[in-house]
Amino acid sequence: MNTEDSSLQTASQTVGPFFHNALIRDGDNILVNLQTRGEQLWLRGCVFDGEGQAIPDAMLEIWQADAAGIFNHESDPQHAQADPNFTGFGRSATDANGAYWFRTIKPGARETTSHINVHLFMRGLLIHLVTRIYFDDQTENSSDPVLNALEPGRQKSLISTREAAPDGTTYRFDIHMQGELETVFFDV
Amino acid sequence: MSKTIQTLDWRIQPAHLHPPYTSSIKRAPNHALVPLAHTLSELTGPVYGHSSLQELDNDLTRNAIKNGEPLGERMVVTGRVLDEYGRPVRNALLEVWQANAAGRYIHLRDQHPAPLDPNFNGAGRVLTDNDGAYSFTTIKPGAYPWRNHHNAWRPAHIHFSVFGRNFLERMVTQMFFPGDPLLPFDPIYNGIPDAAARARLISHFDLELTKPEWALGYRFDIVLAGSLCTPFERDGDDDEH
Repeated sequence: MNTEDSSLQTASQTVGPFFHNALIRDGDNILVNLQTRGEQLWLRGCVFDGEGQAIPDAMLEIWQADAAGIFNHESDPQHAQADPNFTGFGRSATDANGAYWFRTIKPGARETTSHINVHLFMRGLLIHLVTRIYFDDQTENSSDPVLNALEPGRQKSLISTREAAPDGTTYRFDIHMQGELETVFFDV
Repeated sequence: MSKTIQTLDWRIQPAHLHPPYTSSIKRAPNHALVPLAHTLSELTGPVYGHSSLQELDNDLTRNAIKNGEPLGERMVVTGRVLDEYGRPVRNALLEVWQANAAGRYIHLRDQHPAPLDPNFNGAGRVLTDNDGAYSFTTIKPGAYPWRNHHNAWRPAHIHFSVFGRNFLERMVTQMFFPGDPLLPFDPIYNGIPDAAARARLISHFDLELTKPEWALGYRFDIVLAGSLCTPFERDGDDDEH
């Protein structure tokens, strides 16, 4: 992969179990304020290991477009129109029950089907994993090239399910590291 | 705009499953990773600027003082964050964390019977400058035992979390110290398949960097994966969004 003019990439190491003090701050999992455009929603789920045990020391980072599908980053040609009240980045550690949550909005569909990008870190992973969260009430999922390229039966591991919750719209997205329900992870 | 070049060089990067590191056994996915063509999702990412930081974030010897200075060998860690073309990565946010000089973290799950240091919390943040350079002051972390196998000890290390210019350039790693006798026995370090790639995680002692009668100097450069599959960026664009 590397050319003579290139530098060799640094190897990854695990985030380990002791990152909370440095990486997790109150509010990092709330991506919205009162001015943020779009319908606000809860994104909730749990992370499970190969024995179905909850993983209490994982960290998720999410990265997503705003309600109009625009990323708040200069590589998006439309970034000047990005919602100034939405960076698109959030971070959540899992708790003792393996649960995480974010307060965010559904990203708008522009070039791709609505989805949220995830970096997953934990003790036991020498290098992070990448996955995506789609939404079960988006009819475009059926024509999404990423979902359609997956082995039959694996698509559902990437599709969050809308649930009625007393505190507002909730999408549930569990992550399974192994087993029949193993989540699809990407080599980006 | 879609590309299928993969970011990570698996001759360098550790596999997810590395059985000597026992925590990987129930946590590494069994299926192969699925290649993903890049879209704006991967070619964008969170942006940081100086407003992201506070004054003492890059000085772990001062950012948690309660009644005195932290114990241990004071040191300065400096280096550059580069891309795979050797170009500096500006405004990269580095978050660092480490054990104290006795090998103890401030964490509920760290039960190692070594003392906490009331004046050290082991966490800091720093942003790279226009040359991709960063620097922070800390104390040298101690080695500590863990339960991976009988008589397992982690070599002294500092954790680094780095946000580059986009989603692809995200990286988490650990910096080690030259001559550490624990390195050959560490399954985390040795999870990296390539000896040269392992050696690049060992910082260099640098007398030029060492501050007389104050602090030892160590150098540690980081090369972020991802640039070989993303377009060149415009030079001189310092916008912070």
